[in-house]
Amino acid sequence: MAGARVLRIKDLCVDFDTEQGRVRAVSGVSLEVGQGECLAVVGESGSGKTQSFLACLGLLAANGRVTGSACFEGQELVGASERALDLVRGTRIGMIFQDPMNALTPHLRIGHQLTEVVRARGLMGAEQARRRAVDALVEVGIVDPAARLLQYPFELSGGQQQRVCIAMALMTNPALLIADEPTTALDVTVQAQVLALLRQFRTRGLALVMITHDLGVVAGIADRVAVMYAGRVIETAPVADLFAAPAHPYTAALLDSVPRLAGPSTSRLAGIEGQPPRPHERGPGCPFAPRCTSARTECRTTDPEMRVLGERSVACHAPLHGGWEA
Amino acid sequence: MSGNLLQVRGLSVEYRGRRRVRALREVDLDLQSGHSLGIVGESGCGKSTLARAILGLVQPSAGEIRWRDWPLDPRDRLRMRDLRRELQVVFQDPFGSLDPRMTAGASVAEALAALEGTTDRVAVRNRVAATLDEVGLDPALAARYPHELSGGQCQRVAIARATIVRPQLLICDEAVSALDVSVQAQIVNLLHDLSERHRMAMLFISHNLAVVRHLCEEVAVLYLGRVVERAPRDELFSAPRHPYTQALLAAVPEPDPVRAQRLAASVKGEEGSPAPQTDGSGCAFHPRCPLAVTRCREQRPGLETIASGHVVACHRWREVAPPAW
Repeated sequence: MAGARVLRIKDLCVDFDTEQGRVRAVSGVSLEVGQGECLAVVGESGSGKTQSFLACLGLLAANGRVTGSACFEGQELVGASERALDLVRGTRIGMIFQDPMNALTPHLRIGHQLTEVVRARGLMGAEQARRRAVDALVEVGIVDPAARLLQYPFELSGGQQQRVCIAMALMTNPALLIADEPTTALDVTVQAQVLALLRQFRTRGLALVMITHDLGVVAGIADRVAVMYAGRVIETAPVADLFAAPAHPYTAALLDSVPRLAGPSTSRLAGIEGQPPRPHERGPGCPFAPRCTSARTECRTTDPEMRVLGERSVACHAPLHGGWEA
Repeated sequence: MSGNLLQVRGLSVEYRGRRRVRALREVDLDLQSGHSLGIVGESGCGKSTLARAILGLVQPSAGEIRWRDWPLDPRDRLRMRDLRRELQVVFQDPFGSLDPRMTAGASVAEALAALEGTTDRVAVRNRVAATLDEVGLDPALAARYPHELSGGQCQRVAIARATIVRPQLLICDEAVSALDVSVQAQIVNLLHDLSERHRMAMLFISHNLAVVRHLCEEVAVLYLGRVVERAPRDELFSAPRHPYTQALLAAVPEPDPVRAQRLAASVKGEEGSPAPQTDGSGCAFHPRCPLAVTRCREQRPGLETIASGHVVACHRWREVAPPAW
């Protein structure tokens, strides 16, 4: 791990009370991210990657319940009071979301939105907040920041809006930035710029959690990767190891599904047959077993434990690429 | 050319609002029956306007679209209605393109009734079941509503609805962009199989170059409403000649940490997506182009044929180095 541990999540579970009864969306997730480190959390829709972090921040929907532990800079977030969480959210932990247009309030000027948190928390006076906002916009590469403060979100392009959202998250020099699909709504050229920007902040000691379904984005920014499937972490590894030799068959299948710019072009994409199980349809055994091409009998009956090997871990009865038996 | 299914000549489309936006400018394209053409570019480059113009949903301000050698006129409603059977479309948002109050089966059957006038219940039910099966859906799902289906399943319903009348051309406007990667791969394979099996031509509009590479035999790159490069697939991806095509390719995040590190340094801080200017002199890409010289600012490059089937609009295409991967 690059530096001191910033966030440590242990055995986190999230349940939702629905009309069909209680549904488990996140099941025993344990993750860590250190200073200056980027942890990518990869998974498909419904894998629980977003809910895990919303749960840490106390931002679940009203029918959601969280158990387990999320320790941020020595402070337990699960079960903490709203008041205690308010001292952390938006100040020590910043968050950016997928759609910058929806993350910004359309009828308020950029300057107002950028300075809202520091003013509401009484951290800065109006003039100091304005100066900090200008600096933050400069940091994220916005040209002519003073003029931008007076503009409304619709006057900016999507890429500029996302830069403003990043600047907003950085206003208070947070220790941790949680970015939930921050580049999914952007063009590839703009995406590359936003990723470069995030990489640059990481080198200054910011801990970064990158929630994404895009393995290309992961390859470009992450130090370590956690792969989620059906509400649990099924593999963690340093980024180079994960791409060179995925241990979980799901990770391997996910990598094979990605269309590439190089290599054979006419061949069909591998894909993964079937669908992930819905939360209320999960049986015993490994949740990936019904779609797994190398599933054995025990995979359908016993849920695999997490195995650890050096810096890697995998929850699979028959990991790929050997060495796990030890 | 008589083998042409679709012929677009000098197509321009303007949107008139508070200011005039020239969404497409003098676009030429050809598509043979059974072939697949990819259209790539950033938001605002005119990709979707091109689809809408071909479908007759917007009125071109200049130029001509010929469908099987007949000029296509969106004002001729009766004829456009006939053409709907031959020209179908699948959009990006699978939930948004299905009526939430209609079952999957009813949505697919509606296309049959509207476009073929088929009303015989048994015949409709059998064709719907066969088509759902063909797109990889359990016909039992016909009774479900869109909210009871996953995104991938909804997109399969949308594809079934578009292909049940056996169109000659399927326009896919970002049809796989909203899907998870494993589902995206399934849908890409499905589209590939359908087009092969029925010799259905495809106009595949996407910002995802890797997907286009897997599906399309030829690719056209749009920048601010103009085609800046068009080439057969392998040539475009191995030897792109327009600096914009190169920049687009370089920006694609590939799932390869080694390549990512090498390319990380090459991304320059060009500012955001371009705005569709009313008009400027010179090449539209010159403000962002690393190779721009005075001539690029003053004189707009025309499309030049540099190899068989490969056209490019750049004064300096000879100096564009092959990509770094």
